[in-house]
Amino acid sequence: MGKIVAVTGNEACAQALKQINPDVCAAYPITPATDLMQRFSGFVSDGKVDTELVLVESEHSAMSACIGAAAAGGRVATATSSQGLALMWEMLYIAAGTRLPIIMPLVNRALSAPLNIHGDHSDGMGARDTGWIQLYSENAQEAYDNTIQAFRIAEHLDIRLPAMVCMDGFIVSHSIERVEYIDDADVKNFVGKFQAVHPLLDLDNPKSYGPLILTDLYHEYKRAQHEVMTKVPKVVLEVASDFEKMTGRKYGLFETYRLEDAEIAVVVMSSAAGTTKDIIDQYRDKGVKAGLLKPRMFRPFPYLEIADALKHLKAIAVLDRADSFGGYGPLFMEISSAVMSMDTKPAMINKIFGLGGRDYLPDQAEQVLDELVKVAKTGKVQTVKEYIGVRE
Amino acid sequence: MSKKFWETLPQGSVVLEAGSSAKFKTGTWRSVRPKWIEENCIQCLFCWMYCPDMSVKVNAEGKREDFNYDYCKGCGICALECPGKKGKKAIVMEEEGK
Repeated sequence: MGKIVAVTGNEACAQALKQINPDVCAAYPITPATDLMQRFSGFVSDGKVDTELVLVESEHSAMSACIGAAAAGGRVATATSSQGLALMWEMLYIAAGTRLPIIMPLVNRALSAPLNIHGDHSDGMGARDTGWIQLYSENAQEAYDNTIQAFRIAEHLDIRLPAMVCMDGFIVSHSIERVEYIDDADVKNFVGKFQAVHPLLDLDNPKSYGPLILTDLYHEYKRAQHEVMTKVPKVVLEVASDFEKMTGRKYGLFETYRLEDAEIAVVVMSSAAGTTKDIIDQYRDKGVKAGLLKPRMFRPFPYLEIADALKHLKAIAVLDRADSFGGYGPLFMEISSAVMSMDTKPAMINKIFGLGGRDYLPDQAEQVLDELVKVAKTGKVQTVKEYIGVRE
Repeated sequence: MSKKFWETLPQGSVVLEAGSSAKFKTGTWRSVRPKWIEENCIQCLFCWMYCPDMSVKVNAEGKREDFNYDYCKGCGICALECPGKKGKKAIVMEEEGK
């Protein structure tokens, strides 16, 4: 039996890293992820972990050092946010293409300009195509649980891909919540011993990482990389099942809330899902058949599974905490792709909310549900993409 | 079931065979070639040191022999660095096909 504590999301993730005790962490501070690695560096200084902590001069170097350490044969983690993730950009692709299971809590934060340190999903969505697995967390408990599960998923011998564990900057990273910690021994047992694949430090079998692959083979390597992503959902579910046996906490590719008999639904990720669930309860009390779907695994995106969960709906609102300027919100694009496979397609609207840490308040969820009721009745969508909670 | 070609590639494009770059012959990239003039050569081995690939063959006695053109891309560094003998270069660059 674990311990119940009152901690922030950052604190919970630092605790997960402490319990896992990676071989190497390389980190550079950036708000709001600074506090996570700062806490972890305290564990290093106090001798609570054996981790070699490499303090580098930028996030580009942090990810480069992680890639080197992972190729050498170590279990590796780092954490970042926003501009830090943006600066890692080229290295993110290299980590995934080289199939290195690096784990990175991503404390979601807006991207400049204008400069802003608060929570939105612009950073994570920008890294959508890098080849990393992405898990999004609603609260500190999920951030903690996802971090532990991410090691098992990424390091699975059929997978060997890096994984980001996302949580909302400040809203989750700096808010104190009730979290159940798992016993150290159970976490250790759950993640298991790290198995190195083709480690550079195996000096009896010299090898080269990062070769030049030209027109004759690059296409085939990308085909293989696509294939491995298709194997991820099965592993995510297996790991979730083992995790449930250990903790009683259930995880899937996504979470549904009062969705089974719903006529209208909101699709939203991370902390905003909590607020939305409360408002759905209020609308249910009024007799409105509303539900929610909260994607947990954004990459790979479970199109068919989500389509199956949404197929009975009349109208769907997809709430994006990031914008793709000149396009629809990134989550809306994915849900639209999922809906494509349905015979009868629900009407869909896209709301952009909460950018740069703008509070997502109950009245915004009410506004969305009221519009959904209308759309479901008429089958007509007036404006597909719209900003909500915007000062007018 | 037999594997598709792309399924046989080593994970993460790691090259598991040490020294396999010797198989990658880059000589076809060349448009100018170095010519070794033995009578002007003082065996200083500057060409061997400066060659970015392995195009200068050195024998068991530590003496240079003629070029290995399988790896020579014709960069001309050897010809530039060659001190020659009495003002005469031991390596000169010539256009391919002449």
